[in-house]
Amino acid sequence: MNINLLYHFGRYILLLKQAFSKPENWSMYWKETLRQMNDIGIGSIVIVALISVFMGAVAAVQFAYQLDGTLVPRWYIGYIVRDLAIIESAPTITCLVLAGKVGSNMAAELGGMRQKEHIDAMEIMGVNTANYLITPKVVAALVVIPLLVTLSAYIAIGGGYLATVPTGQITADEYARGLRAFFIEFNVTMMYVKSFVFAFILTTVSCFQGYYVQGGSIELGKASTNAVVFSNILILLADYLLAVLLTS
Amino acid sequence: MIRAENIFKSFDDNEVLKGISMEFLPGKTNLIIGRSGAGKTVFLKILVGLISPTSGKVYYDDVDFFSLDKKQIREIRMQVGMLFQGSALFDSMTVEENIRFPLDMFSGMTLAEKHDRVNWCLERVNLPGVNDKYPSEISGGMQKRVGIARAIVLSPKYLFCDEPNSGLDPRTALLIDELIQDITYEHNITTIINTHDMNSVMEIGDNIAFLHQGHLAWRGNKDQVLETESEELKSFIFASPFLQRLRTQALAAKNQ
Ligand SMILES: Nc1ncnc2c1ncn2[C@@H]1O[C@H](COP(=O)(O)OP(=O)(O)OP(=O)(O)O)[C@@H](O)[C@H]1O
Ligand SMILES: [Mg+2]
Repeated sequence: MNINLLYHFGRYILLLKQAFSKPENWSMYWKETLRQMNDIGIGSIVIVALISVFMGAVAAVQFAYQLDGTLVPRWYIGYIVRDLAIIESAPTITCLVLAGKVGSNMAAELGGMRQKEHIDAMEIMGVNTANYLITPKVVAALVVIPLLVTLSAYIAIGGGYLATVPTGQITADEYARGLRAFFIEFNVTMMYVKSFVFAFILTTVSCFQGYYVQGGSIELGKASTNAVVFSNILILLADYLLAVLLTS
Repeated sequence: MIRAENIFKSFDDNEVLKGISMEFLPGKTNLIIGRSGAGKTVFLKILVGLISPTSGKVYYDDVDFFSLDKKQIREIRMQVGMLFQGSALFDSMTVEENIRFPLDMFSGMTLAEKHDRVNWCLERVNLPGVNDKYPSEISGGMQKRVGIARAIVLSPKYLFCDEPNSGLDPRTALLIDELIQDITYEHNITTIINTHDMNSVMEIGDNIAFLHQGHLAWRGNKDQVLETESEELKSFIFASPFLQRLRTQALAAKNQ
């Protein structure tokens, strides 16, 4: 088990080394990167928005319920929703969801190309396939996912507003007061650090799973599942490590 | 010229190739034949470096392929064209984009020049006018031709074909074989073809290697096949009673 883990880790590192070398043809890589940005970004906006609005709303309602009958002022709801979104829900939950959507998709795409000998065909042409197929995905994700995370944070804050203000639990002014209170810029930095790290993890782990697929459709399904499961575990692990590192 | 020297390959304890040495000549259609599972695909993939052998060497014009670094390997690969058993066309691209892909990647041509080159290749494989179709919209035989067009677009010195006519009707299969042979002769390419099709053997077998149980069991050309005394080869090529009768008649006619 341990040896196996080390073997896969070694293979993963070697693949990354191969992937991050100088492209043969910048314009082809650029085109592929734009295509990936479109796939990852535009393709995920709706799901990210949907999840974020509910996360914000649920957080607001739950805290309103918990604060009920305590001495903590109600305008704290805005503050809590904001920090929860920035520190945890926007980067982490968004990336967990994206691992399910984008990661499984990447693993299936690469795995399919491997099985249909597309990757071999490119290799024979002289293409560095790890480079051409993986790097544009990683670069695109590193650009687009932090943007999605930003969007998610804003929408979650909007969700908190929608769940509490129109229902009369607090006024718009109170919510806004909470949003402006105790703001720590470093939390935003932390959000971006997390989103870069998680974006890197979910794309590279998923591509790794797909790139080395063998066998048939069952293995392809497994690779796609593994991409999600391993990305999720590693994202949560990294989340914990970053929390310890960045807040100490 | 490509030369394989004492190639061994095992997967776990399944020994597929047990010491194969042979030369593949330029300007000739070199055939690797053998039963399904004989290791033809494995051998071909070793020759192009997609699989590494357990031991043994492959030389391209006296350059030891497996001693090269990644960059040198890519330089050789730019002179290699390959047609895969399942065609391996990129299904999200049109026929034109498929054939153009190597040009996009490696040539400094303008779009118009690339377009002309693509059309030339499509003409060459007798398939003009399908530029904008997707691979799923054309037949298996047409896919093979597009695969050939893509393999020759960079004017390769070496052409590898893995079962170019499997799954095709005999007439179409023959056309594909002839096409590959013509291209080989025209451009003096070192062509290596995997096949278990006896028609191919008898029509385009300039230099034939018969793989049997991991060994190179027979070598020769199409004219020698008829007269072979090798029991393994006879039972492989003239597999049915009908073909055995034909062989006997052909031999009798020849000896008259
Ligand atoms: N990646 C692999 N892992 C394990 N065994 C393999 C692998 N590839 C091929 N083999 C084994 O090698 C042997 C030869 O396979 P190969 O595909 O070369 O046959 P072939 O001669 O091309 O057959 P066909 O005419 O059916 O294509 C088979 O027994 C196969 O099980
Ligand atoms: Mg085969």
